[in-house]
Amino acid sequence: MKMRVIVTLKPGVLDPQGEAVRHALGSLGFEGVNKVRQGKMIELDLAETDPVRAEEQARAMCEKLLANTVIESYALEPLEG
Amino acid sequence: MKAAVITFPGSNCDRDLAVAFEQSGAEVVRVWHKDTALPAGVDVVGLPGGFSYGDYLRCGAIAARSPIGTAIAAHAQAGGYVLGICNGFQVLLEMGLLPGALLRNAGLKFVCKPVGLNVVTTDSAFTSGYSEGAQINIPVAHHDGNFTADANTVARLQGEGRVAFTYAQNPNGSDGDIAGILSDNRRVLGMMPHPERALDAAQGSADGRAVFAGLIGAFVPG
Repeated sequence: MKMRVIVTLKPGVLDPQGEAVRHALGSLGFEGVNKVRQGKMIELDLAETDPVRAEEQARAMCEKLLANTVIESYALEPLEG
Repeated sequence: MKAAVITFPGSNCDRDLAVAFEQSGAEVVRVWHKDTALPAGVDVVGLPGGFSYGDYLRCGAIAARSPIGTAIAAHAQAGGYVLGICNGFQVLLEMGLLPGALLRNAGLKFVCKPVGLNVVTTDSAFTSGYSEGAQINIPVAHHDGNFTADANTVARLQGEGRVAFTYAQNPNGSDGDIAGILSDNRRVLGMMPHPERALDAAQGSADGRAVFAGLIGAFVPG
């Protein structure tokens, strides 16, 4: 089954890239953008068909490699199909 | 003294680092990232600057989990010396051998210039060749050198004298102006500036030599 992993900087960790995007949006005339946080999305296509075990696998992958838990948090989302 | 210089795909300071060790009198062996063991008798492991694995995922993340990574961690845990410069510092943080993380520079720009550094502690092989509080001049060249850690970790590093170098003028937003830190046994040093690029006055500064000379000194009997 497929799992989507969303990795974002933890609250409070400075995101200079998000800040630069916010400034760029402002200069394009988009008003009222209070904050931009940039992250990454990773899709995993796993051989595992059991949703519980697939989530366990994906979580272990996040802890070991996909996220740096010193500065990042992650969320998992099972995908249909 | 025998130094192993690791080459990852995308390392680009590995040769310079090998020259720095050789000029200081060390025997150098070059080790490939797919190797699973360090050659026998290695005293110091050098992790060079560059863009290991194209900086994919996060700087240093994939190198930290490469086949040679386990051997490097075992070397450090057994009390061996490890010097990680620039991308090598990023690798050491990703391996968990040093605390904290390196974020994108606060100004978002790649910073490539000589910078002034304060030598904060001389209590390590790497810094024993400097005088405490000395200001030295060594180049930086990085995009992701903005050292960050939670307030307790920064305070602990400072309190335990584990901040090796600070920037005289912070070029990247690092917490506490931190440019380089030591492990708790003081045998692992990670630093963003490049001492291997400051070995000779012809390079603009020879202030980096003491890092390598100090390491060699740790292996001279008596």
